[in-house]
Amino acid sequence: MWYRSASFILDKQQQQQQQNDTVTNPESRPLSPASTAMAAENPNANISMYYQTRAAHHGVVTNDWLAQAQAAVGGNTDDSVSDNYVSGGEEENKRYSVVDEFNNWRKQPELAEAVAAIRALASVIRSSQATTMMELEIELKKASDALKSWDTTSISLTAGCDLFMRYVTRTSALEYEDFNSAKSRLLERAEKFGEISYKARRIIAMLSQDFIFDGCTILVHGFSRVVLEVLRTAAQNKKLFRVFCTEGRPDRTGLRLSNELAKLDVPVKLLIDSAVAYSMDEVDMVFVGADGVVESGGIINMMGTYQIALVAKSMNKPVYVAAESYKFARLYPLDQKDMVPALRPIDFGVPIPSKVEVETSARDYTPPQYLTLLFTDLGVLTPSVVSDELIQLYL
Amino acid sequence: MDSRRVPRTVSDPKVRQVGFFAPAAPLDRSESGPPAPTSSSPPVSDVSPTGNSLSPVMIPPPRHLSTDLSRHFPLGPPVSPLRVARAADTSIPVGSYNPSEFSTPPATAEDPLSPRWGRRGSSGKFATSLPAGGFDMALAKQKNAVNLPPDGGSNVEVQKEQKAVSGKALKEKTTKAERRALQEAQRAAKAAAKGEGSKTPAAAVNTANSNAGKPVKAVSQKKDSSSIAASEKKGGDRQLDKDRKKDVPHPRMQFDDANRVEKAKKRSVVKQTEAKNRVELFRHLPQYEHGTQLPELESKFFQLDTVHPAVYKVGLRYLAGDISGGNARCIAMLQAFQESIKDYSTPPEKSLIRDLTTKINGYVSFLIECRPLSISMGIAIRFLKTRIAQLPLNLSESEAKVHLISDIDRFISEKIILADKVIVKHAVTKIRDGDVLLTYASSSAVEMLLLHAHELGKQFRVVIVDSRPKLEGQKLLRRLVGKGINCTYTHINAVSYIMHEVSRVFLGASSVLSNGTVYSRVGTACVAMVAHQFHVPVLICCEAYKFHERVQLDSICSNELGDPDAISKVSGRKEINTLDGWANSENLQLLNLTYDATPSDYVSMIITDYGMIPPTSVPVIVREYRREHLWI
Repeated sequence: MWYRSASFILDKQQQQQQQNDTVTNPESRPLSPASTAMAAENPNANISMYYQTRAAHHGVVTNDWLAQAQAAVGGNTDDSVSDNYVSGGEEENKRYSVVDEFNNWRKQPELAEAVAAIRALASVIRSSQATTMMELEIELKKASDALKSWDTTSISLTAGCDLFMRYVTRTSALEYEDFNSAKSRLLERAEKFGEISYKARRIIAMLSQDFIFDGCTILVHGFSRVVLEVLRTAAQNKKLFRVFCTEGRPDRTGLRLSNELAKLDVPVKLLIDSAVAYSMDEVDMVFVGADGVVESGGIINMMGTYQIALVAKSMNKPVYVAAESYKFARLYPLDQKDMVPALRPIDFGVPIPSKVEVETSARDYTPPQYLTLLFTDLGVLTPSVVSDELIQLYL
Repeated sequence: MDSRRVPRTVSDPKVRQVGFFAPAAPLDRSESGPPAPTSSSPPVSDVSPTGNSLSPVMIPPPRHLSTDLSRHFPLGPPVSPLRVARAADTSIPVGSYNPSEFSTPPATAEDPLSPRWGRRGSSGKFATSLPAGGFDMALAKQKNAVNLPPDGGSNVEVQKEQKAVSGKALKEKTTKAERRALQEAQRAAKAAAKGEGSKTPAAAVNTANSNAGKPVKAVSQKKDSSSIAASEKKGGDRQLDKDRKKDVPHPRMQFDDANRVEKAKKRSVVKQTEAKNRVELFRHLPQYEHGTQLPELESKFFQLDTVHPAVYKVGLRYLAGDISGGNARCIAMLQAFQESIKDYSTPPEKSLIRDLTTKINGYVSFLIECRPLSISMGIAIRFLKTRIAQLPLNLSESEAKVHLISDIDRFISEKIILADKVIVKHAVTKIRDGDVLLTYASSSAVEMLLLHAHELGKQFRVVIVDSRPKLEGQKLLRRLVGKGINCTYTHINAVSYIMHEVSRVFLGASSVLSNGTVYSRVGTACVAMVAHQFHVPVLICCEAYKFHERVQLDSICSNELGDPDAISKVSGRKEINTLDGWANSENLQLLNLTYDATPSDYVSMIITDYGMIPPTSVPVIVREYRREHLWI
């Protein structure tokens, strides 16, 4: 699956790489065992860590969240995301924790959670003191399990770990007789995997350019880094288009997206979430990201995606999904309730009577029949191909 | 299949031999000869002209014949006139393996040979080796008369000509004793043909093919080795297709083709009587009057020699409806085949691979006569045949048998039993507490799933929807209620009423076709459509071995017709007699379908041993499964 990655597009567009300077050489980040902000165990199991991270990254912090985060970490709020930890030295490897490592990587807002996990797992291999392949594999398995259990609500984290295990351990490395060369081969592969995952967003942005035409109106829901990348590239290619951003309650992710787009001089209109159907007739295409792409070819994404897709379908507008292939998960929800719920607090601004129940689920499932195409780093896929890729990968 | 093996097994070593060895080589080859009819085959020395100690039972295997021939050529021209005449007739040394000529040259090729055996003066050998030849001739004649090959009359013309010429040559050259021997042989062949019953054509074709092919090759091989090898292989492959056509009535034979039905009837063991008034659209499907043949067949049990008793028993149980359900029928069939393989011993002049395949073909055609094959059975048969064909040539008979039996065992345990367990494991994750599950008729996989979910302590209720005339759901209901599962039983008429309270629909399948269509018990499509209309997810539980690469758009072109009486009468209720005596009315056509096709639009998910997949991914499974199948 990975070797088919369409990364050649990137190679053609080397000159555009400089503009992608938001991340400054993430590889050189030092390890920091001293990070206590995120403990090894999820501080608040009820709340989806995934959405907290997103909220932190996107700089949209709700009051509720702040209060909870403070309560959880004992007054040590840690949303200064670009903080640089000074290395505490790697001698303390005994209590080396993959979760700490992961949290370290995760603090970079441009780095996807799955890529962070992949990098963390790669560093597990690097720092492993195992002397046999079996030992190493077990260690890797444990680390990935720890990561997965740390946040069960993040689909891309789980999928990324699974894919990493498949990709890295299913190699010819086992044929090497010498353990060290086998290990270095594993490491090489792990790094390649990390590299591909890291590049994925650029590839998707390149692939999707053919679909954005001059004068089109694009409806975007929520804040997705991939979608932003797509739109940014389109703007850089001097395409003329305008964007409708939904507000993206409750964490108002749409506001942030509209900020970013305004910086790029793209005409943006902000809609409240309930105005989607009202403005759909002006829209030429719907662009959404995805938390996870499931086996049916449908997507799990921020709450509201499903209804937008339904409206778009009924008005015959194409719905495009931009998702990296490390979000492909072996899940198959049959309906909306058939998922691990990802809960998040919702700030209504006014106190809610205790008798009133609040739906706090953060995401919904959009079945494949409402999606037109998926832009992934494997290429532009129809929903039904997703399952083919997954079967081939996991079979 | 077997006929393809013939040229290959024989020719492969030959090519090597011609290329690198002196004429003395054949002896060496026959000793290590891979497809030698194993344990019962006489040693080479017995067959050689000097060794006259052959008992009448020991029929010299045809391959030895050929080696004999080739060994004799350098010594002199013992049969040269004949051989030359024959070679001139066919005029293409390669030609005997052209599929177009394949049906008759056997006879012509064998005729000149058999007298030659006689001339060498071993009467025992004479008598025993001849039947095969005469047999072929009888068969060939019959074929010329009845069974014109579909690809044109010109071949037949050629064949007849050849026959005439060779016949003339025969008359000129044979002595009185030889002619008498020939006659005797023909008589014996006829008797054998009668005795063999339904299996004869297939077997005979094979023997003819094998017997005839070899001497010819022995001759021609000297002339041009490389071209032969290539063309033989090609010809062999094409023969395969042709042979298959003749072997058994095609599983999907068009029963509105009067000619073919007539032919199939001649061969059949089970004399099914056909129902009279059939629905126009379904004329192409076989429809029989049910239940009339059973006693007669049961009485035949001890007289039947072509069909192994175990297979016979299973066939009768299919006919009586004792065994139903894709998996159960498949397992029963495979176990019967196992029994028959256990009791199998290769006839002396045949090779196991070819003969066993023929035998299996015979069994299969018998089973088809009892009840049309289910798709799962078709796939299992295909599996078994490829296993037989892939047997290493150097295995002894007992080893090969053990191989096959363990292969079958593995198929049953891996592809059916284990697969079901995996399916249950996957599917149980889709059952939540408080669910109301609906199932239709009786599927073994769904039953296992429900029982397992109950064992896990999940709280759910089951709605069993059933339909006349089979009422299979009642048995399922009985078993589930016996385990303490809360059940509701209703007929399909009420499905739209009951559907609004259902949260999941679990259905079994006879097969899943590659466009995602689910081929299952009639009524399934109806249930799935209603469920889809009510936005209830439809989950199909089906083992991956039942996936089929066929594409089917409706339930008409391939289906099975049940007993029409079953729908016109209600057992146990005498007062419903409105249709009594109407069965023969011209204007009444009763249609009792067994299967239907559910379009993939109505299917939310297919649960297989490879996990849960959308119906659009069936081709992927078919492809991957095939690949795995090849190298297991």
